[in-house]
Amino acid sequence: MPSEKSVIALDGARKHFGAVRALDGVDFHVAPGECIGLVGHNGAGKSTLVNILNGGLSLDEGTIRISGEPVDAYSVSRARQAGVRCVFQELSLCPNLTIVENVRIAHRDLGRSAWRKNAETLIRDQLGKVFPGHTIRTSELVGNLSIAERQMVEIAIAFLEISNPVKLVILDEPTSSLDAVLANKMLAYVRQFVAEGGAVVFISHILDEVLEIADRIFVMKDGKAVVDSTASKFDVASLVQAMGSVVRENERRDTTTNAGEVAIALRNGSLQAHRGEIVGLAGLSGHGQTDALVRLYLENTGDWRSHRNNQVAFVAGDRSVDGVLPLWSILRNMSLTLLPDLTRRFFVDVARERELGKLWRERIAIRTDDMQNDILSLSGGNQQKVLFARALASPAPVVLMDDPMRGVDVGTKQDVYSMLREEAGKGRTFIWYSTEMDEVRQCDRVYVFSEGAIAAEFAGEDVTEENIIRASFKEAAA
Amino acid sequence: MTSDRLRQLLPAFSLAVLLISVFYIQPRTMSYLGLNLLFNLAVPIALATIAQMLIIAVNDLDLSMGAFVSFVACVAATYLRDTPLLGVLILAGAIGVYALVGILIYVRNLPAIVVTLGMSFVWGGLAVLILPSPGGAAPDWARWLMKTKPPGIPMAIVASILIAGIAHFLVMRSSFGVVIRGVGGNERSVERAGWSILWVRAAAYASAGFFAVLAGILLVGLTTAADANIALRYTLLSIAGVILGGGEFTGGRVSPIGAVIGALTLTLAGSFLSFLRISSDWQIGAQGAILIIVLALRVLLNRSKQGAGD
Amino acid sequence: MNNVTLLFHKPWIWSFIAVLSAWVATIIFTGGLGGAGLAQAALTFAAFSVIVGIGQMFVITLGPGNIDLSIPATMTLSATLALKFMNTDGALVLPGLLIALGVGLAVGTANFGLIKLLKIPPIIATLSSSFLIQSTAIWSNRGLRIKPPEVLTDFTTSSVLGVPNVALLSFVLAVAAYFILMRSLFGRWVLAIGQNMRAARLAGVPVDGVRFSTYVLCGVLAAVAGFFLASFSGGAALNMGTEYLLTSIAVVVIGGSSVAGGNSNVPGIWGASLFLFLVVSMLNTFGVGAGVRLIMTGLIIIAVITLAGGRKSMK
Repeated sequence: MPSEKSVIALDGARKHFGAVRALDGVDFHVAPGECIGLVGHNGAGKSTLVNILNGGLSLDEGTIRISGEPVDAYSVSRARQAGVRCVFQELSLCPNLTIVENVRIAHRDLGRSAWRKNAETLIRDQLGKVFPGHTIRTSELVGNLSIAERQMVEIAIAFLEISNPVKLVILDEPTSSLDAVLANKMLAYVRQFVAEGGAVVFISHILDEVLEIADRIFVMKDGKAVVDSTASKFDVASLVQAMGSVVRENERRDTTTNAGEVAIALRNGSLQAHRGEIVGLAGLSGHGQTDALVRLYLENTGDWRSHRNNQVAFVAGDRSVDGVLPLWSILRNMSLTLLPDLTRRFFVDVARERELGKLWRERIAIRTDDMQNDILSLSGGNQQKVLFARALASPAPVVLMDDPMRGVDVGTKQDVYSMLREEAGKGRTFIWYSTEMDEVRQCDRVYVFSEGAIAAEFAGEDVTEENIIRASFKEAAA
Repeated sequence: MTSDRLRQLLPAFSLAVLLISVFYIQPRTMSYLGLNLLFNLAVPIALATIAQMLIIAVNDLDLSMGAFVSFVACVAATYLRDTPLLGVLILAGAIGVYALVGILIYVRNLPAIVVTLGMSFVWGGLAVLILPSPGGAAPDWARWLMKTKPPGIPMAIVASILIAGIAHFLVMRSSFGVVIRGVGGNERSVERAGWSILWVRAAAYASAGFFAVLAGILLVGLTTAADANIALRYTLLSIAGVILGGGEFTGGRVSPIGAVIGALTLTLAGSFLSFLRISSDWQIGAQGAILIIVLALRVLLNRSKQGAGD
Repeated sequence: MNNVTLLFHKPWIWSFIAVLSAWVATIIFTGGLGGAGLAQAALTFAAFSVIVGIGQMFVITLGPGNIDLSIPATMTLSATLALKFMNTDGALVLPGLLIALGVGLAVGTANFGLIKLLKIPPIIATLSSSFLIQSTAIWSNRGLRIKPPEVLTDFTTSSVLGVPNVALLSFVLAVAAYFILMRSLFGRWVLAIGQNMRAARLAGVPVDGVRFSTYVLCGVLAAVAGFFLASFSGGAALNMGTEYLLTSIAVVVIGGSSVAGGNSNVPGIWGASLFLFLVVSMLNTFGVGAGVRLIMTGLIIIAVITLAGGRKSMK
């Protein structure tokens, strides 16, 4: 790699979070006029790499060079100076400000005088360049925009050039909320940007898209680079193989027909599940699946009394927001849902609680020598197991799962899959939101979400990747 | 969208209703002198409200506002009058302390409520040290400022409009204001763009300190003397004013014009009660009730907005 | 040995060490005179701070933003109404106490009602309700000092074996609070909500029920404290609760509970309450004026929270 030419070059990059090796000796070079497709499973280290590149995280080991010059104190502002821009997966605009004001925040080099007028012209032109024919008003509050419009604004802001030239733009799942028409407009702009000498790092779960746009493919697995070569050598199948997933046949369990009684349903009737059924929620991430699960949970449990709260259990996917109680031990985290059953006359029966903890530590193989240890002493995957145990140990006949396999290693996944099938066989009902197609395919029935609503429903043989992807974009394209 | 509009107009609407009621009960207030009397006390409250609003804009809350304004009033009635240079230095130092408090809260990730509650004792103690018993005298220029009679429009109204205008420019139009509100809305994104959150927060606190200093000086200009407890109620009034004016506690959604209107409304509520011959026992109760009613109206408007499918 | 080192890891131990040093410093300064008297006064005055502190602690444990600013007004109102009803008649003590408890219950219910129905932060809800409560108290009090029944005055000012009755009372309350927080289902739920309300709700904790009970508990404890404080100090006065706003928060913070919620302890409240009283009396014996005392109090609170508080940057 001719690193003298590189916009930015990482060599031997290492980054640890506790025991987790998020980056384990990665060399990463980006040349001008190049589009790199960065792929890998969740937890492979992509977002850590992105955060290193944009200066948000500093390296434990390794060097960063910008245009060939080694940089010691690399930071967010240094990255911006060097022309590195980033579009993040989650919303990183201020919802209480207008689009123009967000441009002000994002671009410190806008100058003080007449910034409003300048920002307005700049962002209107830029939006027009990336998404010709858009109808976004630049004086609108970001909070009033749709998800797709926010993403459009964010992309346009990233490509906006004011005083120092934009050299590298990192796009993290930029098309996740865009429909096909908008996505194509954006890809066309990216191509033009690259042709004019800009560099792009493109991250997407939609591998066709990556292969279509990228010149070079960079595949990560467990914090390491496993592939770094020309894109033309790959097709979707070989890329999936390189990412380390086993391309397996549809391992479908014997589908229970919807003969059983309805176990749980949304009050408006749009979503329901039968006894012993595994129901999947699919679609692009962030299109209302989690909201639907949460609503399902809240509608069927009490805010004031707990007597029926043991009818449904919830397995959080976004652990730190929805699941883990960070100050508590593993045991206390695990026992929370079934605590009322462990209580005799107002006081918690600590001995029974401990017994139960021991039982589940073995059943689900939580890697700890003592259940009294802090929950945060566990790795993410093991924390997730505790959350599974919390739900499965409770007597609840219905379990809701909010994409719970994020950051969980393959072995655990297989264990949990088999446990789910076993429990479902015994008559438990599961509603399972997942962003992994492999998991969705294991469900008896699938609801596909788009723009916050159910766009389609498939059962049995119709649960295919193709059907689901088509349905995910149907609403948005209409 | 219409209920969005309605929400923005709610503060002005509440003020108008109250004002019309006052005019109806006591027509004599509908004059130059009457209006000045009605709104005179609102001027320092409006400034304190703007100060509180700057703190709320970065998702904090300042419980030391009343004690600080009292402290400033004591300084203004003593040092600022007798040895102006020393007085100015003390007040500048106080603004610096405000900035430091903001930095401390951010760096150590402390709850602003508790830290500012502690600071309220510090300011209160300093005020007692300066003026152990009520006394002092306002600087002549401060008194002159509050007593001038511009032709046509009473001073209280001119001052309110001026405060609202300056605060609006600073908070809603300038880069500085955008960044401060940005921190309230999404601190991470501001940080990612390369701004120093530390300095933004310090600046927000310092500007709050500045407006609070103005509040204290003008308060002394009105009352002509000071004591250590002169403005203790300002803590509650300033928070209530921000909320009445349409501001929210989190998310950087604030409105300077609304805040000034909120301060005027709260002041007017006091006069309204006395015109109704309701015992002054109920003064603060009425302020609490107004706060609750406006918040309830806001909830209703929000609900109708959701009902409309927004 | 081992037990001693374990003791030093308890967050509340520091407040007791501080108590001891403040006590010793005062004794040394006064030349050994009045040590016992000082201890007894400290126990008496700390008792009231402990009672309101326990209530505030449960509320603060509920997590960031949870705080009850209506404690002073509640104390004043409950004392005023109860004492007015009893009208110095010793036979009416029990119904009087019930009235005080009723005030606490009503205030707690109103506070949570505002929080829930208006979707406003607890600080604003309790602030605006305190305006109304205070007005009601002013209106019913009319600036008079309403005298308590003699029985109550005797009870609150006398001691058993040298320990003041009010200290015994608040010791019993503290023990009860300890078991509720550490051992009961309710306590577990409070601690869970304080760490992450959404996660607790999604784990089946009946969040509204728990929060409601907690605000009521805080209101009732404030009312009880007001009732006994007025009996002790010879009557209900309008400003009797004022200093307890900061005190109630300060004793929780200084006592080693986390202001961010989810991690609290009861013993520390006793330590902190004694400490705050002893600091004031120490400064008094040193001949320091009111201004310096206020400044010191404020700075101690800020110092303690700065040293203890940074840990909770989890979210």
